[in-house]
Amino acid sequence: MTFDILEPGLSTTVQDRGRIGYYRFGLPQGGSMDQYSATLANRLVGNTVAEAVLECTYIGPKLVTNADAVVAIAGAPVDVFVNGELVPEYERIALKAGDELKFGVIKGGTKYFIAVHGGIDVPEVLGSRSTYPIGAIGGVEGRALSAGDRVPVGASIDNGLPTLECIKDEDRPVYSKDVNVRVMLGLYDHNLSEKGLDSLLNSEWVLTPVADRMGLRYSGPGVEWKDREQPFGAGQDPSNIVDAGYAVGSIQIPGGTQPIILHRDAVSGGGYAMVATVISADMDLVARCAPGTKTRFVAVTMEQALAARHENTVRAARIWS
Amino acid sequence: MMQQTEARYTWGGDEFLFVEIAEGMSLEANFISNSIANALEAKGLPGIIDICPANASLLVRFDPDVLNFAELERAVRGLESEVRASTEKVLETRIIEIPVWYNDPYTNETLSRFREGYHQRPEGNDLDYAAEVNGLADAEEFIKRHHESPWLVSMVGFVAGLPFLYQLVDREQQLQVPKYLSPRTDTPPLTVGYGGCFSCIYSVRGAGGYQMFGVAAAPIFDPAQELDDFSDFMIFFKPGDIVKFKPIDEAEYKRIRAKVDAGTFRYRQAPITFELGAALADPDGYKLSLLEALNDI
Repeated sequence: MTFDILEPGLSTTVQDRGRIGYYRFGLPQGGSMDQYSATLANRLVGNTVAEAVLECTYIGPKLVTNADAVVAIAGAPVDVFVNGELVPEYERIALKAGDELKFGVIKGGTKYFIAVHGGIDVPEVLGSRSTYPIGAIGGVEGRALSAGDRVPVGASIDNGLPTLECIKDEDRPVYSKDVNVRVMLGLYDHNLSEKGLDSLLNSEWVLTPVADRMGLRYSGPGVEWKDREQPFGAGQDPSNIVDAGYAVGSIQIPGGTQPIILHRDAVSGGGYAMVATVISADMDLVARCAPGTKTRFVAVTMEQALAARHENTVRAARIWS
Repeated sequence: MMQQTEARYTWGGDEFLFVEIAEGMSLEANFISNSIANALEAKGLPGIIDICPANASLLVRFDPDVLNFAELERAVRGLESEVRASTEKVLETRIIEIPVWYNDPYTNETLSRFREGYHQRPEGNDLDYAAEVNGLADAEEFIKRHHESPWLVSMVGFVAGLPFLYQLVDREQQLQVPKYLSPRTDTPPLTVGYGGCFSCIYSVRGAGGYQMFGVAAAPIFDPAQELDDFSDFMIFFKPGDIVKFKPIDEAEYKRIRAKVDAGTFRYRQAPITFELGAALADPDGYKLSLLEALNDI
């Protein structure tokens, strides 16, 4: 069966858990930017966590299913319409062949996810169906959806779990315009002056519209670097280092002005000093932020980061039982 | 300058260990980074997801649910000691000839769109600027310096399969060119770039901040895996590869493009053993012996 795309939306891509293990070649991990929301949609339709979904950005697609299908929408709050009738998000929806799915205006966040029972069944490339547009691999021909695409849906699967009709309120992600993002200092934080470090951790940073799957740029007071003689090959600016690998989630501040959080499609390396890294448990939170979100970077220890990661694992285990 | 004897260990959140071998770029630092990466790979520790050697550092991605972070650090520190103590600093690798049309009209057209506000020297092109900041007579002399000595692929990354290259010459002979003041929003694929002490070849179209010198004739990233050089993997370069740039003219560029389109192009390449000691002791003599490997094919 297929989903026939009438209108593609702003930037709708096929995503899954990501393409893991090729970072050393400059291929980003990719995958659903908000993994938790994507897995909620998968849970509702009877998939495993591994099935690919459609990630929608602001404006979702208008599509028709050519066969009966079970779908669910999770993520940013948005009106969902089947044949023009409003249907709820975070619930299992049965579609008949010929039904049309479309979306209204997004009411918070930037991304929501369409899961379908059987998963989006584009060919795997290097172990993943995730779309990497810069390298033109994964997804539908390595790009965002276009009108006229016929997106393949996989055969029925049995995930061995009881059917879940609806995600409980307390398990739904929260969309706030005021967030604390937990980070671990490190990497090149020693290149910041005391004042610079204080600015990073004690200022309010506002997410700019320059935010996508590659990275999110924040405006604020800027940071100050220590005076130092730049090492050979690093470049003249104090925010420069000898080109190195970038941790996913790391924060760089080119020129000391606007911090950038690197997200799942980011470049794998480069010559800007990273001064902190968003902990793995908060990467989805960052993905949920819309431009204008007031953000504070809160330093935590490795132990605290691992405890937060563990909390997420416990919550996932509850939903996937 | 005092030799840095031990790397700096730090964390990129709860999933990445970052090991800075040295702050500054050097052949030795790159060799140590790659050697630790290879040794760590061979060790096959469960929970290691990706080992990314870079110019003078190493990034290791791990699953903290499987591999305890302190245990990972201990393992990498152990390998670092072994690598530093080892006297046998050799690398089994290959030398590859990369044909480049320097100072070509396509590159010059692109760079002409990014001058005012982007570039230090809006007049002339990036080669003119590179020659000037290195005290060379003109673009031709810079091009000669760029292709006459071989390069080491010191890192692969940024975007899919992009090689960073470090020239195998004395520190005093190293060419250095500042990056653009502000990154371009466009770089054609296969542009040969330069920033700091590194050259690169842009594998795909996109943003970029390195100076633009010319265009490589054949692909280095082939997701469809149509050419024989890509039958095993869609990405051509690996850290440790040695590159010899070969200047070509428009006619040769077009001949190579025709072969690429016909699916018959193959890179000229030969296996070699790279010896760090010999490369450091006599860069000029050693480079000639490396280049000899290409003579027989």
